Amino acid sequence: MSTTAPTPHPCPIPQPLPPPPIPSHSSSSSSPASGMSEAAEEPDSPPTHMSEDSSSSGDRWTPDLRGGNGGGPRSAPPDQVLENVLESVLEFLTAARDRNAASLVCRSWYRAEAQTRRELFIGNCYAVSPGRAVERFGGVRSVVLKGKPRFADFSLVPEGWGAYVQPWVAAMGRAYPRLERICLKRMTVTDDDLALVAQSFPLFKELSLVCCDGFSTLGLAIIAERCRHLKVLELIENSVEDEEDALVDWISKFPVSNTSMESLMFDCVGVPFNFEALEALVARSPSLRRLRVNHHVSLEQLRRLMARAPQLTHLGTGSFRSDAPEGGGMSVSELVPSFAASRSIVCLSGFREVNPEYLPAIYPVCGNLTSLNFSFASLNADDLIPVIRQCHKLQTFWVLDTVGDEGLRAVAETCSDLRELRVFPLDATEDSDGSVSDVGLQAISEGCRKLEYILYFCQRMTNTAVIAMSKNCPDLVVFRLCIMGRRRPDRITGEPMDEGFGSIVMNCKKLTRLSVSGLLTDKAFTYIGKYGKLIKTLSLAFSGDSDLSLQYLFEGCTRLQKLEVRDSPFSDKGLLSGLDSFYNMRFLWMNSCSLTTRGCREVAQRMPNLVVEVIREQDEMETENVDKVYLYRSLAGARSDKPKFVKVL
Amino acid sequence: MEDAEIRKSRGVCSTALFLNWVGRTAEQDQEEEEKTLELSLGLPGGGRRRTACREKGKHPAVDGSVDLSLGYSTLVPNSQGKTNGSPEAVTRNALAAPNNNSSQTRSPGAPVVGWPPVRASRRNLASSSRAAALEQQNVKKAVKAEETKRAPFVKVNMDGIPIGRKIDLNAFNSYEKLSVAVDKLFRHLLAAQRDPRTEECPPEEVAISGLLDGTGEYTLVYEDYEGDRVLVGDVPWGMFVSSAKRLRVLKTSDLSSSLITSNRKRTAADC
Repeated sequence: MSTTAPTPHPCPIPQPLPPPPIPSHSSSSSSPASGMSEAAEEPDSPPTHMSEDSSSSGDRWTPDLRGGNGGGPRSAPPDQVLENVLESVLEFLTAARDRNAASLVCRSWYRAEAQTRRELFIGNCYAVSPGRAVERFGGVRSVVLKGKPRFADFSLVPEGWGAYVQPWVAAMGRAYPRLERICLKRMTVTDDDLALVAQSFPLFKELSLVCCDGFSTLGLAIIAERCRHLKVLELIENSVEDEEDALVDWISKFPVSNTSMESLMFDCVGVPFNFEALEALVARSPSLRRLRVNHHVSLEQLRRLMARAPQLTHLGTGSFRSDAPEGGGMSVSELVPSFAASRSIVCLSGFREVNPEYLPAIYPVCGNLTSLNFSFASLNADDLIPVIRQCHKLQTFWVLDTVGDEGLRAVAETCSDLRELRVFPLDATEDSDGSVSDVGLQAISEGCRKLEYILYFCQRMTNTAVIAMSKNCPDLVVFRLCIMGRRRPDRITGEPMDEGFGSIVMNCKKLTRLSVSGLLTDKAFTYIGKYGKLIKTLSLAFSGDSDLSLQYLFEGCTRLQKLEVRDSPFSDKGLLSGLDSFYNMRFLWMNSCSLTTRGCREVAQRMPNLVVEVIREQDEMETENVDKVYLYRSLAGARSDKPKFVKVL
Repeated sequence: MEDAEIRKSRGVCSTALFLNWVGRTAEQDQEEEEKTLELSLGLPGGGRRRTACREKGKHPAVDGSVDLSLGYSTLVPNSQGKTNGSPEAVTRNALAAPNNNSSQTRSPGAPVVGWPPVRASRRNLASSSRAAALEQQNVKKAVKAEETKRAPFVKVNMDGIPIGRKIDLNAFNSYEKLSVAVDKLFRHLLAAQRDPRTEECPPEEVAISGLLDGTGEYTLVYEDYEGDRVLVGDVPWGMFVSSAKRLRVLKTSDLSSSLITSNRKRTAADC
């Protein structure tokens, strides 16, 4: 797993000259990475695709008479030497941040950059209209689109809110016949949309859907059947329509000859599938390196798959359970050779219904593992420790809290190279016991000094442990601590968690993402505002005492791009203290605070390029109180596809 | 008297540090052992700290066993040198610990939507059929515990020391390392056990050596699954790991009778 790309500057507020750039900046182009991602908000890796470019040969050229409104979709003719040179040079710029900067130099550079941008990143699909985007950028080969606000993952955005990919596919289908790659996150994608993709893009190679909904196995079948050059099909944490009687055998629809498949991930497709077809597909896919299957794959079947694909680097192991009744199935020693033969595996996941007795089978690959995902495996410390003790090279580790502080201690003792740790709760309720605590966090901080990313769910925490982590792990870029009981104080001192989080922002100078929890007063936010100068993404829940908190944040966090707030005592006054920041941000989400329609309307009136959406439940009466507001800068104005329960002020 | 108590508790404090270094302490069976333990924290007035809240897994710091709470609260060893070894700090912790449950703000009101923030795929992991499968597994595991080839944590008890420890045999790959670990585990406990009245300065820690060859004051033996006591060191390491059910550190002088048993075993192995 690569570390996050360097943080870029946010694009400046739209300038009058040249024409307002599309606000497609917000950090460098990100692909919802095909690593083990629940696709972090941060880009995992810089865009990689600089596919063979032949568009600068200038097929058809029409004079660019439209002055400032973006270069036409045709590149410079052969006699315009300077433009040709510029385009050739600009092709080497891949990071969106650099491209945005180049596009502001002058009109000629703006046009050249627009022709040569190969990857288009749109962090908020409603920030710009599809038509405008394709009009400016003529030679795009890869598109990344993000839709719903992240809190949609937690059922806070009602069904039918929006983020439909259809208008985008339609516009791109006309403008980008050479499109090769589409990555979508939190968008609604129907089977029809997938059919349109397959139809519109004959060179299509990579489809990545993360946290999307709206499609079924029918759409997958269409993609498999019609995209003859498909290399990558990655389905991560989507909500796949599942009508048992309408299931399509999509796996059988791949080309019957050798395929060019390199990565196939469908662990989120919860329905059964044709295993024999998969085995045959793997056998005729010589380039396959990444395979993640769903939980309908037993150990016996996994063995068969691994026999067909010993060259795999990333393996999602399915259920990791024998399909035979008690004691009748294969023995551990029969599984060991499969892993011993897979010398290239560096990433393991799956283990969805793991039988821990079989874990020793993975020992042969443990020494090479850089990434291990046990986050769906209910393992205790005794199950984990013999495994983890062999994973000296581990850099990314996802696990359930069932392993306890003791399990984490073993991780700390062995995995000195760890960069990313995510500890999820088995029982995600406020009153659950929670098996990990400040003890585990402290141990990790002492053993894993190179830690850059931590997500930690717990019920008991102390400031001391958080402070220790801030000092032991200065390279932290992402710190997400979720104390599940609301407003819990330090379990030993009974004090708020202000000092702990304050210490994090103070000592972790590279921090760009922060999620806070526990009992927090305004003081915590004075720290965050004062020291969190690089913070781009901030999530608050049940935090703060007063509007001062928001004020400190808006005043201090000059790089803030995404702010999510829930259930905190903030009123219109706090909201209005952010007016100067909103154009520099991608969005602000607030729910269950103390906002009113009047306050939200004032924001909307004073900020013409901001869309302020007040979201009600499906049948909620309109009142002065606002429960959910989602505001974002946009060049497109109020969207035309909003449902009844959304009001744009 | 107070001096002695402080000295004793200090010895216990540092033992706790080593517990954390070497391995897991046997929480569960220690509960029983320590009910009879008379260690106290040296509070003025000499009150014994027993907490009401002894539920396992809830709050390790609230656990009634003295050294465990030391181990779990601020005495977790950290290289920043912030360890509070003083009895006062320990007392403070023990004082704070019982209040933990009441001082924590229990979540008021009804559960809210989308909190804690986990995605749908991660909700209900606990109640899914897979968790039920896990339950089944645990039952099976308990039944199979004696037959398992994986080396589990084994208990280690030392003569004269009421507190046993648990170690993970997987963490070592030779008898030497095991011997060193046992030495470190019990060195402090042994020192703490010495009668403070007969010494003027804090008891010195003497290394426990010669565990394997019979030259030391103590010898390491193990019990296998058939219930026999065997001298440690005779069989290949791997075989030892898979057959050792528990370890004992016995006074060498006490070994005569059991030595006969182990002699027989050794002869058998030699053949």
